[in-house]
Parts: sequence; structure tokens; C-alpha cells
Amino acid sequence: MKKTNVIQVEDLTKMFGDFKAVNGITFEVKKGEIFGFLGANGAGKTTAMKMLIGISIPTSGKAHVAGFDVFTQAEDIKKNIGYMSQKFALYDDLTVKENISFFGGIYGLTKARIKEKTKELIEDLGLQEVSNQLVGSLPLGWKQKISFSVALLHEPKIVFLDEPTGGVDPITRRQFWEMIYKAAHDGTTIFVTTHYMDEAEYCDRVSIMVNGKIEALNTPKKLKEQFQVDNMNDVFLKLARG
Amino acid sequence: MKRFVGFIKKEFYHIFRDTRSLFILFGMPIVQILLFGFAITNEINNVDMAILDHSKDATTKEIINKISASKYFSIKQILERETDIEAVFKKGKVKAVLNFETDFGKNLIKNHQATVQIITDATDPNTANTISNYINSILQNHQQEQNKAIHIDYVIVPEPRMVYNPELKSVYMFVPGVMTIILMLVSAMMTSISITREKELGTMEILLVSPIKPFQVIIGKVFPYIFLSVINAVVIVLLSIFIFKMPVQGSLFLLALESVLFIISALALGILISTISATQQTAMMISLMGLMLPVILLSGFIFPISSMPLPLQVLSNIIPAKWFIIILKGIMLKGVGLEFIWKETLILLGMTILFIGLSVKKYKIRLE
Ligand SMILES: Nc1ncnc2c1ncn2[C@@H]1O[C@H](COP(=O)(O)OP(=O)(O)O)[C@@H](O)[C@H]1O
Ligand SMILES: [Mg+2]
Repeated sequence: MKKTNVIQVEDLTKMFGDFKAVNGITFEVKKGEIFGFLGANGAGKTTAMKMLIGISIPTSGKAHVAGFDVFTQAEDIKKNIGYMSQKFALYDDLTVKENISFFGGIYGLTKARIKEKTKELIEDLGLQEVSNQLVGSLPLGWKQKISFSVALLHEPKIVFLDEPTGGVDPITRRQFWEMIYKAAHDGTTIFVTTHYMDEAEYCDRVSIMVNGKIEALNTPKKLKEQFQVDNMNDVFLKLARG
Repeated sequence: MKRFVGFIKKEFYHIFRDTRSLFILFGMPIVQILLFGFAITNEINNVDMAILDHSKDATTKEIINKISASKYFSIKQILERETDIEAVFKKGKVKAVLNFETDFGKNLIKNHQATVQIITDATDPNTANTISNYINSILQNHQQEQNKAIHIDYVIVPEPRMVYNPELKSVYMFVPGVMTIILMLVSAMMTSISITREKELGTMEILLVSPIKPFQVIIGKVFPYIFLSVINAVVIVLLSIFIFKMPVQGSLFLLALESVLFIISALALGILISTISATQQTAMMISLMGLMLPVILLSGFIFPISSMPLPLQVLSNIIPAKWFIIILKGIMLKGVGLEFIWKETLILLGMTILFIGLSVKKYKIRLE
């Protein structure tokens, strides 16, 4: 395993009964990269991600995340990653501040550190007005931004984002990607799934998954060259038609 | 430890910000107690009664006058035959019948002893008891006055008889049942709902991706409910003592230990339910149908187990609540110690260990 690869996956497979939800995928993600994990609904993105974050045991294959084996060192992986699930997941009945201090707490941050981080986060996102409001009362776009910031609270090496921009307007998506860039600039590796093909343009490299298999993997520029089209959506359409 | 404190704080936020939880946790016990509280009346007033006087002498007349003069009773009917007694009760016209034996007055003088039957309608056992006591004291009073006046000691022997509920299944008998239901509700249903809620909302996944261990998540989730269940148990016992006037005969310490054991078994059941249900709705339905119903119907709380058909009697054995109710009745009503309820305790303990084992196993499987 090369030092610069923070995620190294080889022939990873997940079966549900006879069904191969993830079918022998192989790839690696370099440190500090924004890696786009693309695919249509049901392609197997979430299933693959769950194996990498240690909450689903692979049927076969190999995978290392942050240098740890997903089969035997899931607990070590958990300390080094952040995760934002496909289902939006903060506590609606807790205020913004309460959510931050709860999640900070379960990652073992000290009280002082939580206080510092809370202040920073609220300033960065401009949440001064609503920091004592219940999260449930906020618009989805805000919740997603808070959720992302919460996933970064403990300064993980890698952050896994599962369709983080699902269901929000283009302006909010744009702002969200600015946050992703900032995190990447600070040295965090980003592993992000999406089915919005335009978002692929923002990634350093993308893989495109079709029916459990990775059918293409390269920089957006090279992929467009390879398929002789001028946007990622067409790359995807060509792939899907086979 | 610090993580644990934060977790519990969050759990209390959930509970205190949800009206449904609050109602089940604090409203239910109060509602139940009010229901039973209203059913109990320690004061009686103008109770309708009937008299069957086989003697019709001066003494019985005097007693009857005394009774009708008191504000507690009003005599509605004078009966002629024994068979009338059942008829007036059936019609619900009176709550009590006083039945004087033949030659009541003569017997008092001759034998220094005469018998009067006090028959009460015990469908409301508490009232029946009170009526019986009141009549008794009127009789005692009369007897004392007479003894002073004529200097012959005699005794009126009242023979209380309760009809319709001879074993006097009073509100005392219901307290253990109510307590069991509330503890079951709070411990099993509330935990199963609160764990399923995290699954449904997707926050469980976030918790499992964090460095917190799954068993820590579960302990964090159940701890507040242990705490609240214990508070509920204490409130129920206090209310039993102060509102129901029900003395706890046995050791409070033993009562506390047994209650904690039952709470833990209910919590384990709650966790088990949460592992097999995907939504809060399902968890609630399973808790209600799978736990509450058997507790109400099969635990002996309402229907005596001994009068159930054999298959149900057998089935009732696998219900932890049955054993807990026996234990509670033993400690609260009979005042027995562990030496009399060790068997039930052991069964409950075994069940608890089984439920914990099962839920730990089930919970692990869910993660893969
Ligand atoms: N726990 C499961 N049991 C059975 N099938 C599953 C399970 N989870 C996902 N699948 C199936 O695996 C396939 C891939 O799902 P998923 O990874 O969620 O896709 P994506 O995230 O790319 O939309 C889908 O067909 C889905 O129905
Ligand atoms: Mg998905």
C-alpha cells in the first residue's frame, strides 16, 4: 500500500442473498483528493460506502481506509473518518448548538474544544441568529451545511458524503461545494457520492458505477476526452447505454 | 464517561421536548391513579339499604331507628322473605341488607348473644367494606349504651357477608397490576420507540459510524428510562400509600430490588423489539400487542389465572409480568420476604438474562 493512498480498495464485493449490490470494485483515493463516486440510483454507491466506513461487512475483497483494514480494524477507521449520510441526520428536536456539542462529545472532543468549534462553525455558516433554534425549524439547505460541518468537527482525515446535496436548490449546492473545496484545501480527503452529473465537474477524479461495477474512473477532463463528449452527463449517458 | 453524560443529556432533551413521551411517562401514571382514585371512596353518605327483620321486637326496632337516624344510611325497603334479599340486590336498589335473626331481642337477654347479618354488594368492594364497618360501629354503639343501662353484658354478633365479589378483589389488588403496566409501558415501549426512532431518522447510522460502541449507544438510550421507571415506581408506591391508603407490608428495599429487576427485563424486551422493527409505528404496535395486551389479559391482573382455560394458564407462565405481579402482591399485600418469592424472582431473573442475551445477539446481527 502506497503512503499517499488513504483509501485502497481491491475487488470489493457485497452480496445481498444472490444479488451482487457491489461487484468487485477496485480503486484508490489519494490524500487530499476530492473523489467523486458517481452512479444512478441503485448502482451500489451507498452499499460500497457503508463497507468503507465500517458499518457493513464486505462479502469478499480487500479494503483499507486511512491505513486500516475494514474487516478487522473498523474501530480505528471510525476514529479517522467523518460521515454524512444520505438520509439527512441531525437531531431535529435539538438546537444547532446542542447538536454540535452532542456530536462533538461522542467524538471525544473536550468541552473547551467543543465551545471553540461551535463558535467557529456558527460564524462560518452565519448562524448567529438561529444557533438556539431547533434544527427542525431550519431549511434543508442549512441543515445539510450544518450536517457537513458536524461531520468535520473532529477533523477527520477522510470525510464520506453520501449524496450531500440531494433535494436542494442550485445556489445552495454551489455553496455546499465551496465548503467541500475549503475542507479539501485544509487537507481533508473527500469521498462524495452523487447522481448529479454536473457535480462531477467539481471533483478531482470520478468513478462511474453501473449496476455494482465501476465502469469508468479518471479525471473529468480525461473522461470527456475518452468518450469524446463535452460534459459529464453525456459521459454518463454513453456509459449507461453500454 | 463524559460521552455518556452528553448522550444522556441528549436523551432527556428528546423526552422533554416530545409531548407524546411526556404524556406516557407522566400523564399515564396520573391518569391511572385518578381512575383508581375515583373508584375508591372512603366516605359514604345516604347509602340505600333494606332490612329483613325476622324478630320485629323492641331491640331491633331501636337499632333500625338508630340506623335510619344516621346520615350515612337511608332505609328504602322492609323485606319480608329471605328470597327478597337477592331480588333487591339484583335490581341494584340497595347497597346493603341487614338481616336480623328470629327472636333477636329474646336471644340477647337469654343467651347474651344475638346475630345480625350485614350483607353488602361487593362489586365495589371498598364501599362494601366501609358500609359494613359503619353499620358495625352503630351496632357496637347501641350495645354499649344498653349494657350500661341494664347491667347485663351481651354481644351483638354481626356477620358481614359480601355478595358478588367474595374474595374482596379490591383496589389493593389492582395496585400491583397498575404498577406492572406502567413500568412495562415506560421501560419496554418507550425504549423500543426511542431506539427505533434513531433508526428511522438515520441518526443511528451516524452513531454507529462514530467511535461510540454499539453497546454504549444502547446503554445511553436505556439509562434515562431506567431512571424514569424508578421514579414512576416510587411515585406509584407513594400514591398507593397516601391516596389508596394501602400499607406496604413488606420490605421496601426488597420491593425496590425486585422492581429494578423487572424494569431491566422490560428494557431488554424493549431493545429486542427495537431490533425487529424498522419504524416507530411498528415498535409501538409490537409493544402494545405483544407486551401490553398479554400483561393486561394473561398476567392475572384483571382475570384470575386460575379461571383461565388450561392453554392460557400455561401461556401465562412465559409472561414476566405474571411473576412480577405475584412478587408485588407478596411484598405489598402479604408482607412476605424473599424466602417466599425466591422462585418467582429466580424465574424473572432467568427471563431477564435470556432477554438481554437475545437482544445483544440480535443487535449485533443488525450491524452487519
Ligand atoms: N440491506 C439490503 N438488502 C438487500 N438489498 C439491498 C440492501 N441495501 C441495498 N440493497 C440493494 O442494493 C442495490 C444498491 O443499493 P444502494 O447501494 O443503496 O444504491 P445507491 O446508493 O447507488 O443508490 C439496490 O438495488 C438496493 O435495492
Ligand atoms: Mg445511495
